[in-house]
Amino acid sequence: MDNVETLRSEILDAVAGSSDLKALEDIRIAELGKKGRVSGLMKTLGKMEPEERKAAGQALNVLKSEIASAIDGRKGALEIEALNAQLINERIDVSLPVRPEDQGRIHPISQTIDEVVAIFGEMGFTVAEGPDIEEDWYNFSALNIPPEHPARQEHDTFYLPNEKEGHRMVLRTHTSPVQIRTMQNQKPPIRIIVPGRTYRCDYDATHSPMFHQVEGLVIDKKTHMGHLKGCLIDFCRAFFDMDDLPVKFRPSYFPFTEPSAEVDIGCTREGGEFKIGHGDDWLEILGSGMVNPQVLVNCGIDPEEYQGFAFGMGIERIAMLKYGIPDLRTFFESDLRWLRHYGFQSLQTPSMVGGLD
Amino acid sequence: MKFTLNWLKDHLDTDADLQKVVDTLTMIGLEVEGVEDRTKGLESFVVAEVLEADKHPDADKLKVCTVSNGSETFQVVCGAPNARKGMKAVFATEGTYIPGLDVTLKKAKIRGVESSGMMLSEREMNLSDEHDGIVDLPADAEVGAQAIKVMGIDDPVIEIAITPNRGDCLGVRGVARDLAAAGIGTLRALNSDKAGGSFESPIKVHLDFDEATKDACPYFVGRYVRGVKNCESPQWLKDRLLAIGLRPISALVDITNLVTFDLGRPLHVFDVARLTGDIHVRLAKDGEKILALDGKEYELDSEMTVIADEKEAEAIAGVMGGEISGCTDDTTDVFIESAYFDPIRTAITGRKLNLQSDARFRFERGVDPVFTYDGAEIATHLVMELCGGEPSEIVVAGAAPDIRNKLTLRAGRVEQITGVKVPADEIVRILEVVGCEVVRNGNDFDVLTPSWRPDIVAGLEGEAGLVEEVVRLYGYAHIPATPLERETDLPVQALTPIQKNRSTARRMLAQRGLIESVTYSFLPMEQAKMFGGGADAVCLVNPISTDLNVMRPSILPNLIVACGKNDDHDNPNACLFEVGPEYHGDGPKDQRTVATGVRSGKTGDRNWAQQPRNVDAFDAKADALAVLESIGAPTGNLQVFTDDIPAWYHPGRAGSLRLGPKNILAWFGEIHPGILKQLGVKGPIVGFEIYLENLPKAKPKKTTKPLLKIAQFHTVERDFAFVIGKDVTAEQVVRAAKGADKTLITKVGVFDLFEGASLGEDKKSIAINVTLQPTERTLKDDEIEAIAQKVIGKVVGATGGELRG
Repeated sequence: MDNVETLRSEILDAVAGSSDLKALEDIRIAELGKKGRVSGLMKTLGKMEPEERKAAGQALNVLKSEIASAIDGRKGALEIEALNAQLINERIDVSLPVRPEDQGRIHPISQTIDEVVAIFGEMGFTVAEGPDIEEDWYNFSALNIPPEHPARQEHDTFYLPNEKEGHRMVLRTHTSPVQIRTMQNQKPPIRIIVPGRTYRCDYDATHSPMFHQVEGLVIDKKTHMGHLKGCLIDFCRAFFDMDDLPVKFRPSYFPFTEPSAEVDIGCTREGGEFKIGHGDDWLEILGSGMVNPQVLVNCGIDPEEYQGFAFGMGIERIAMLKYGIPDLRTFFESDLRWLRHYGFQSLQTPSMVGGLD
Repeated sequence: MKFTLNWLKDHLDTDADLQKVVDTLTMIGLEVEGVEDRTKGLESFVVAEVLEADKHPDADKLKVCTVSNGSETFQVVCGAPNARKGMKAVFATEGTYIPGLDVTLKKAKIRGVESSGMMLSEREMNLSDEHDGIVDLPADAEVGAQAIKVMGIDDPVIEIAITPNRGDCLGVRGVARDLAAAGIGTLRALNSDKAGGSFESPIKVHLDFDEATKDACPYFVGRYVRGVKNCESPQWLKDRLLAIGLRPISALVDITNLVTFDLGRPLHVFDVARLTGDIHVRLAKDGEKILALDGKEYELDSEMTVIADEKEAEAIAGVMGGEISGCTDDTTDVFIESAYFDPIRTAITGRKLNLQSDARFRFERGVDPVFTYDGAEIATHLVMELCGGEPSEIVVAGAAPDIRNKLTLRAGRVEQITGVKVPADEIVRILEVVGCEVVRNGNDFDVLTPSWRPDIVAGLEGEAGLVEEVVRLYGYAHIPATPLERETDLPVQALTPIQKNRSTARRMLAQRGLIESVTYSFLPMEQAKMFGGGADAVCLVNPISTDLNVMRPSILPNLIVACGKNDDHDNPNACLFEVGPEYHGDGPKDQRTVATGVRSGKTGDRNWAQQPRNVDAFDAKADALAVLESIGAPTGNLQVFTDDIPAWYHPGRAGSLRLGPKNILAWFGEIHPGILKQLGVKGPIVGFEIYLENLPKAKPKKTTKPLLKIAQFHTVERDFAFVIGKDVTAEQVVRAAKGADKTLITKVGVFDLFEGASLGEDKKSIAINVTLQPTERTLKDDEIEAIAQKVIGKVVGATGGELRG
């Protein structure tokens, strides 16, 4: 069986030298196929003596499996080579741009309202609403602003033609009528905020005929002006993300609150650049006060039992301050360049636990 | 409201400096809007004397002056016509900056003559437009002294905002009183001695009102002064008026302005020569006309009060005097009017006439009725001082209405409302300085409010007003910032389900690539009409412009127009949405919140991998469905309807998504090309309107979902093609197929649509893919075949079509 050794090296050389799968298969058939050389040798075993047959058989089986595994190995290697060659051929230019996908945006007004709701929501406020077209009773009279009151004239009201039970229809000039609607329909304790559209008949660089306000109202048996102060300081610091933002309360006047206060936050205009925070200047951002007892009476709430505070601020104003938007009028121009620049990602939902922005 | 620091100090005895005064004003609610320091940049100018003034050798209009500043003399070439020997002028040396000219002085040669320094006009000092000559200082001005001191302008002007409740602070004295109450000084006494009177006024005053209207003018104090000489006001008075932006006119007119701004007491002075008989205060006759001091004629009505003589109206009471009886340089006898007019009637009159005035501004905010008398006396003194003359006895008609209120400020009320504990003595002090009479009643305070504070009303509201007075003047800084604790340990849900749906819709649309816009609630009438709106009830009476005169019936026109504008700015293919109100009437329920969006032009920019296509109705439908899905609408039960398509959609390329035949959740489709043409916007544009509020109310909260059953068996798919009539909808085919076996058929897709001549004119072919999901066991071939036959039968039955061979 010396020739087995010769055969082995001959065949293994051939396998190793095969250059493609076809040549390899030819070798397999020529050696291990039914008519192959190794198979031919196997057939000779029958004529041998038992002793001899055992040894030769073993040697041939070893040879057979050695060849088979060499072929398998070579096959795997050739397949990898072939795949590599194919993949090289399939090369693409991955620097090409992706298929276009539109990027949507959330308007800064919506985003700011969501932020305001997230903060006040944390303090136990819920969101209330009312109609934009109001009776002047809700917009003025019930809020202690009788006809011919100078404060009513200062509101630059848009009027609509109809009257309902002697009350003229107006576009609400502030979100405060929702205070009235809420107090008429809900027993205290009340803790609401009211974001919404408001209207004044005025248009210039700092006035838009439509803008947004958010109103706040707290009515219960114990809330005093200190709570108003605490609540609004907490809000301002959370909204502007500044733990030590200076906040100042100044006396002012609103017919529906008494005492009333305007709220300023600290700022600086050093070197012509406006910045919110510690500085030598103040910026008014909202009006507030303790609900006037007469307003409670107008809504059927006993002012000897209940008291509370109300506040209101301009959404665009606080958005402009927080996000550095220079011009009020641009909010309503639907300019894609503006909306893409100042708008927010759809998944950027503000929350106190997840962050406001 | 403007005044100067020295003017304030005429009423307030204080050693507080400007900063302290300004800070205090703001912190007591008299918000300082500005402080104008008129001396800035003028500090180096001095009083100089012109020693010689000779004609310039080479120029007729120029003079060569020798000027002394007390220590040196200068040669100055000057062109002012009033430059003369001996005058005192304002002098600037070379090297100083001249604000009115924006130059720094250099030595110069003017027509060959050397000139060093300059004598200044008011315009060159930036004080006024006066440039007819150089400033002519009083002869006794000290040479070398600072010019700003001599000119009386080293007195900063303070401007404060007065809230509508503080009519009492529309005079400097009222401001001083408030500052005194805040503890930075004391209010000086006011001299309102009686002027006496040597004769009986030949003019009497009659208040001609009936019982119902007598409040129009309950009190009138007048005085006749004869033999006056109207003249230019003295410098101190002119300076005061100029400082607050008023133009001095003549002594008689300036006196009324001074008393108005100094004491908050509007006055009028009539020229007696122009009056006929007695004064009658009465309501105007409808249509009665008056030429007012502003030179305009006003037509009055019977709700307005006038001051008339026997012949005609001479003044619109509380608003403006008449031109005819106004004082002139020739006036010799005057009748001074100090009266109290009803705030509301005055306000209505001014509003109807669209006539604003300093008098109206004060009367409608409430002036002190008691001070009417003192006002007349003070005015008399001023007239006598500046114009001479002899006063009559005072003429009084009616009486001052008592508008004071008796209130009780209960112990503890200040702390209960504001959280601040103010000592009782301090409460008494503050209220007394403010002008209240205070009597301690146990721990309570019985308070009588002053006649100049009508804003502190009766009842509980008045008590709140007293609380405000106390805390305002004690200082808001003392209010303790107290955390607002929640009523519950954890926050409650802030949004209602509807509010939450809006927020979800918004973020879903942004996620799908649309950009949120916020547009006006009003739009032009022609657009409103195109979109089914424009009813009278929602038209603004006083729109800001005709472009914004109707409440919008739909958000679509705003978004469509925005697409057009962006296209004009080279930003094509805008995809915009807005979640906001539309208005179908003026009642609360006529306002609906709609999620509206548009996609315009092509689906995107050109790209190597895929070419953009025109947007179509299915883009809008996909947006609508995605939003409805996101807010929990039962999208599986939605039906597409193509009837009653609104006029702004393409009649053949739009539809509604409904729950049942009546409840429309959304419209979608291509915008009508005719509408686009009218709006001047290039198409195609597709849009959708989702009525968020039409969603069925969510069932009471249930967090569990139905148990998920995952089938263990492979699905089976079968394809079918049908030839059907063109007007048969895909939805009819799909529904019919689904109906073949509601348990096993889990999905029916449409994978091919074909129209062609080979099928016939009014036919189309639709191919569907039906998925079966066995749940119990694998299906046998004959069972599958049976279902397939049922599918064919159902579709053919429902559509009248046939299986395509």
